[in-house]
Amino acid sequence: MLSTLQPPRSLSLLPLRRFQCSKHIVSAASSSSTAPVTSPPQSQILTTRRSLLSGETTAVEIAKSYLSRIRLTEPQLKCFLHVSENVLKDAQEVDQRIAKGEELGPLAGVLIGVKDNICTEGMPSTAASRILEHYRPPFDATAIKKIKELGGIVVGKTNMDEFGMGSTTEASAFQVTANPWDLTRVPGGSSGGSAAAVAARQCMVSLGSDTGGSVRQPASFCGVVGLKPTYGRVSRFGLMAYASSLDVIGCFGSTVADAGMLLHAISGYDRFDSTSSKQDVPEFQSQFLSVDHFESKPLKGVKVGIIRETLEDGVDSGVRSATQEAASHLEALGCMLTEVSLPSFSLGLPAYYVIASSESSSNLSRYDGVRYGNQVMAEELNKLYECSRGEGFGEEVKMRILMGTYALSAGYYDAYYKRAQQVRTLIQKDFKAALEQNDILISPAAPSAAYKIGEKKDDPLAMYAGDIMTVNVNLAGLPAVVLPCGLVEGGPSGLPVGLQMIGAAFDEEKLLKVGHIFEQTLKGSSFIPPLLANVA
Amino acid sequence: MSTTLLRTIQLNQFSLLGTALIRRRSNNVSVRCCGSQTATTHEAKQTPPSRVAPKNHKSNKLDEILRDYEAVIGIETHVQLSTLTKAFCSCSNNYGSYPNTSICPVCMGLPGALPVLNSKVVEFGVRLGLALNCELSLKSKFDRKQYFYPDLPKGYQISQFDIPIASGGYVDLDIPLEFGGGHRRFGITRVHMEEDAGKSLHSDTEDYSQVDLNRAGVPLLEIVSEPDMRSGVEAAEYACEMQRIARYLGVSNGNMQEGSLRCDVNISIRPIGQAEFGTKVEIKNLNAFSAMSRAIDFEISRQALLYDQGKADQIVTETRLWDEGAQKTVTMRKKEGLADYRYFPEPDLPEVILTQEYVDSIRASLPELPEAKRRRYEAMGLGMQDVLFLANDVSVAEYFDAVIGKGAEVKLAANWIMGDIAAYLKNEKLSINDMKLTTQELAELIAAIKDGTISGKIGKEILFELLAKGGTVKGMIKEKDLVQITDPAEIEKMVIKVVSENQKQLEQYRSGKTKLQGYFAGQVMKMSKGKANPGLLNKILLEKLNAKD
Repeated sequence: MLSTLQPPRSLSLLPLRRFQCSKHIVSAASSSSTAPVTSPPQSQILTTRRSLLSGETTAVEIAKSYLSRIRLTEPQLKCFLHVSENVLKDAQEVDQRIAKGEELGPLAGVLIGVKDNICTEGMPSTAASRILEHYRPPFDATAIKKIKELGGIVVGKTNMDEFGMGSTTEASAFQVTANPWDLTRVPGGSSGGSAAAVAARQCMVSLGSDTGGSVRQPASFCGVVGLKPTYGRVSRFGLMAYASSLDVIGCFGSTVADAGMLLHAISGYDRFDSTSSKQDVPEFQSQFLSVDHFESKPLKGVKVGIIRETLEDGVDSGVRSATQEAASHLEALGCMLTEVSLPSFSLGLPAYYVIASSESSSNLSRYDGVRYGNQVMAEELNKLYECSRGEGFGEEVKMRILMGTYALSAGYYDAYYKRAQQVRTLIQKDFKAALEQNDILISPAAPSAAYKIGEKKDDPLAMYAGDIMTVNVNLAGLPAVVLPCGLVEGGPSGLPVGLQMIGAAFDEEKLLKVGHIFEQTLKGSSFIPPLLANVA
Repeated sequence: MSTTLLRTIQLNQFSLLGTALIRRRSNNVSVRCCGSQTATTHEAKQTPPSRVAPKNHKSNKLDEILRDYEAVIGIETHVQLSTLTKAFCSCSNNYGSYPNTSICPVCMGLPGALPVLNSKVVEFGVRLGLALNCELSLKSKFDRKQYFYPDLPKGYQISQFDIPIASGGYVDLDIPLEFGGGHRRFGITRVHMEEDAGKSLHSDTEDYSQVDLNRAGVPLLEIVSEPDMRSGVEAAEYACEMQRIARYLGVSNGNMQEGSLRCDVNISIRPIGQAEFGTKVEIKNLNAFSAMSRAIDFEISRQALLYDQGKADQIVTETRLWDEGAQKTVTMRKKEGLADYRYFPEPDLPEVILTQEYVDSIRASLPELPEAKRRRYEAMGLGMQDVLFLANDVSVAEYFDAVIGKGAEVKLAANWIMGDIAAYLKNEKLSINDMKLTTQELAELIAAIKDGTISGKIGKEILFELLAKGGTVKGMIKEKDLVQITDPAEIEKMVIKVVSENQKQLEQYRSGKTKLQGYFAGQVMKMSKGKANPGLLNKILLEKLNAKD
């Protein structure tokens, strides 16, 4: 039987020396559920900035501590497909700027993990696929370009399900990533490497991509904050397309503030992506007040709708009670809580898989072995295609290409693709109506906490069903944040559970505000995985 | 054997440069001298391609057979747009560059690259749609047409499927008199925007192929006609009119040899009186209007003979190529069912929304189109031969319009342009825009002859000098003292002198050899340096010759 455990908060663990302290705290957590309340989680980005500006430490020192943690934890976790050789060099440049008294970008010295389907110039970018093994793009994705301009340092490329197709990161062509909370469990997916790397403090924040929940579900499994912005908020230029009408680049952080500040850095219109939006990007940072400045009912008047369909059968009882407790916490903060119904909710999953597979069957056509990537030589053109793609793609990818090709075929288009698009319109309407009545909607991020590696590998339908909480948000193009709200039993010290908050299009600001206050006031919970203690 | 097949296609992704492929000479041809014969200013009159009768031994028997059948012909025309940059990236769109030098991550289909629509493509689409009298879709979209080929980098072509930018139009044209003349209206099914693919280059030994992606992503407009044509001549004239319209609008150079205008012909025949269409055959590789005309007439004969011999079942749905050497069509590939391109809306591009004001502003900016020009010229009293010649080439038409706009008499202006000027341009291989004779001076020249300032003969001489060197009519008349002598007293003086100096000829003349009048006229004209008014000269000359003194 699962129950919610609420171990105490821990330190924010920025430098390695502090990180060593956590051994004591986490072991205390596993032995007692009534440990004393510690300070709320601190933004790593702001902490870094403060300590750099005050001269307390240097960017190189910080980078070294993270690199050494990567060295220690990576053999077990396998979050990274590639670690940059330039981290220390980049950190040195930051220190030189400080020494010269030059202005520092808001991400100066911030160590950022990047999902491997986001193009980084000259650095391997393979989408965890054999077909792109050793591929190094000649350009940076727009999000990466912006991060670099603001002083951010790319630590490396994180593991993922091949081309984003999967919910466990087991579909990587290269390695299986472990969940830092329990090495026998999956970190979720498809951005499992990015989520686990932040949870294990291998980097401060990371980028993922979210087509049907690929940022939010692993955030939930790994106990970190995962932010999926509105479709069009962040340029997709340089993101290797899985399903173009659903894909967004999203952010991971150990706090809402970190995820929000990273989102701010990468947001905005991009002339290289005609689906990017010209909507203004508000200054999110003003939302991240420190807890001392909160009023007694800081969320007074905020209308929160809890989605009825997300708490029905098929959802683990531990997840359900964690969600309900989270709802109570929001009420305590002053929110007005009501139950809302989205009648089209259950239609989303099949519609999602039709649309995503259809688009992916087209988007992955360019991987033909002709211009780049792995080519298998053949005597004849069709053989070249067959062998290059046959050997280059993994099983899950091939299955989705086949499904999508089928759904788009003459005679089936109307029954599948067109119908799925009609469902999509229905879902958008239902969300719109619910968000006219409410400021935000809440639901679990996934029906369960992290499951065992291999558990759902041979049962794709069971794995697909795990996406039920998240896919509708992509179909509607809305922003959502997932943040840890409790622990359920499992693993050495419990497994985190995430709460999903869904907002109106382009209203990330409200989500971040509510999320931040929720996080900073959540009593007793700390989301530091036990692994950090074990390796230390 | 061919284990290296396509290996050389691999490009170096860092330099973005491919291996050196075939270097193509830049055909820096003027719009008028290239592309098609009918498009050239004078050849058009002398050897319009569509005039070439099929040479496939039309026996009387075949003529008889053909009388029982009707051909149904539809044409798909791809017009390559002359935008500065490609359709979905900022690579320059220039024909003839060194292979794989005008490419970028977008048109190479690199992972993560996204298309961004060039607004000029929409503008050109609207222009052409309006010129073809189409209904415009104020809300259209792009779709992906999916198939695998090495010169198609993304594995799909961005095109328009169910909602083209323009549809339901027509085009009016005149069949040249040599082909029986007459006015025709052919339906236009649709016009849609799409991107071109790259070029595959196959080695002579066929053991490897190379790909040049310079053309990948170049914008195209595809024009689909209704199956309204009935003969090779009609089809060629239709294609010719498409080229003319594209050039009038300035959306394309329309050069067939560069592939800027490509036509695929669909053709079937049926016994006259039958409502259903016969089996459709597609003909490709038609890179001249003359070839189109001949290929279609060959194909009609081939199919009619098969019908006549009871072998109609041998006419199958297939793609045939025109073999210019053998002057016949040959099977390229048989189609097994319809290809399934799995079209679906392009999610990387927003819908194309046009406002009525935008469409209206483009409509207002359209130039006078070939059909309107032809009707206007006809109303001005020009014969159809002249009308078709002048309206054929937009530069010629503009020149002609400018000359008559400056007051020159219509028929005279037409004659000068179609006669001596056209001949000169042909000899010198120049286009009308390259010559030194300005419209102002041609108008002055015509006026000077008409008002008798100079003789027609002098006019011709001046014309060739102006063509070669430029300058003004007035200046040249003054410089060379060419003003016609119209003073009867002065002419009389010269006549008297000539007559008196040629007593022998005078006697012969007066004894009945009246042909000698020409001799005397010539001598007087010579003395006047060609400036004597010929009418006056002859009048006075006759008086003197016949005078009884």
